[in-house]
Amino acid sequence: MKRAKRRYLALQLDSDGAPSGKELIDAVWGAVTKLYGEHGASQTSLALIDYNVEKKTAVLRTSLSTLDLVRASLATITSVAGEEAAVHVTAVSGTIKALHQKIW
Amino acid sequence: MQRSGGAAMKRVFADLHLRLNVKDAAATLRAVSKVAKLGYHVIGVPLAAETHGDEIDKLRTVCGGVGVDFVSRIDLHPRSQADLTRQLRRLRRKFEVVCVACESKEVARQAAKDRRVDLLSFPLLDFRRRFFDRAEAELTRNGLAALEVDVKPLFVLEGPARVRLLSYLRRETSIAKSFGVPIVVSSGVSRELLLRKPREMAALSFPFGLDEVSALDAVSLSPVAIVGRNREKLGSGFVAPGIRVVKEGRDL
Repeated sequence: MKRAKRRYLALQLDSDGAPSGKELIDAVWGAVTKLYGEHGASQTSLALIDYNVEKKTAVLRTSLSTLDLVRASLATITSVAGEEAAVHVTAVSGTIKALHQKIW
Repeated sequence: MQRSGGAAMKRVFADLHLRLNVKDAAATLRAVSKVAKLGYHVIGVPLAAETHGDEIDKLRTVCGGVGVDFVSRIDLHPRSQADLTRQLRRLRRKFEVVCVACESKEVARQAAKDRRVDLLSFPLLDFRRRFFDRAEAELTRNGLAALEVDVKPLFVLEGPARVRLLSYLRRETSIAKSFGVPIVVSSGVSRELLLRKPREMAALSFPFGLDEVSALDAVSLSPVAIVGRNREKLGSGFVAPGIRVVKEGRDL
């Protein structure tokens, strides 16, 4: 079986509130499901790898084949945990190590 | 206006539809700074027809201060073909970008034909008045206008309304692509938290069928080309496309 390729996205949350990691990933799942449906969402293999509440940064994992789908969904997020918010993608990489090198 | 950054060409990103309250200087500066931080190099702000030249210059200075190129834009809402021609005659040379809100088929057809029109925009919620069909695209191809798509409704609409909008946008962008009509993706937002990075704006075009290159062109090449073409035309030495006065002298 062919190994599934993944992509890691560094995210920056722009919001006045400080949502938890669960609230953030719920917002991401909600956006993907709204835009592409449950079938589309099931193909993304989304996972929240890291989240820093103070800096409001996160690392999200998805499969390479659904990267565009996830990017489009992230751009449609307008609120997280009831607070007005925007989620910006700051970097995309194939490994967590390379992602950290891109960010810093 | 394409910048060269070493060997690779760096894209110049533009948002030609940023709704700013230009009367509020502090809010304008805040929004423009945010836009610059997000990675835009060119922004277009719709202004009122009676805006004075010095107000435009002031906005240009504010934007220049944060490293953003300001583009003056007028949104026309003509009631008829004659009204459109009249408004274009009066306002074309005052603004760098002219967008026509096509609220009737008569206006849409005339706007597509008229080479003074840069952008065609259609009502986003009234689907019966979205007149961008094959006939409109054929006329637009012979003119100079581009199809403008605002992404704001994708944020504010939900459920069946968004599904319907995506369906119409998919049809229209497919027609535009097949007729070679440029597509310009703009934000159309007024609130800072609805602003997105250029690549995020491009990503928002994926659901209605644009591929990555076309989507990036819609936020960089197409709008930048419109601004460049109009600035050349509005320049003092312009004679015809590709011909300009470089020096004037007396006959010997």
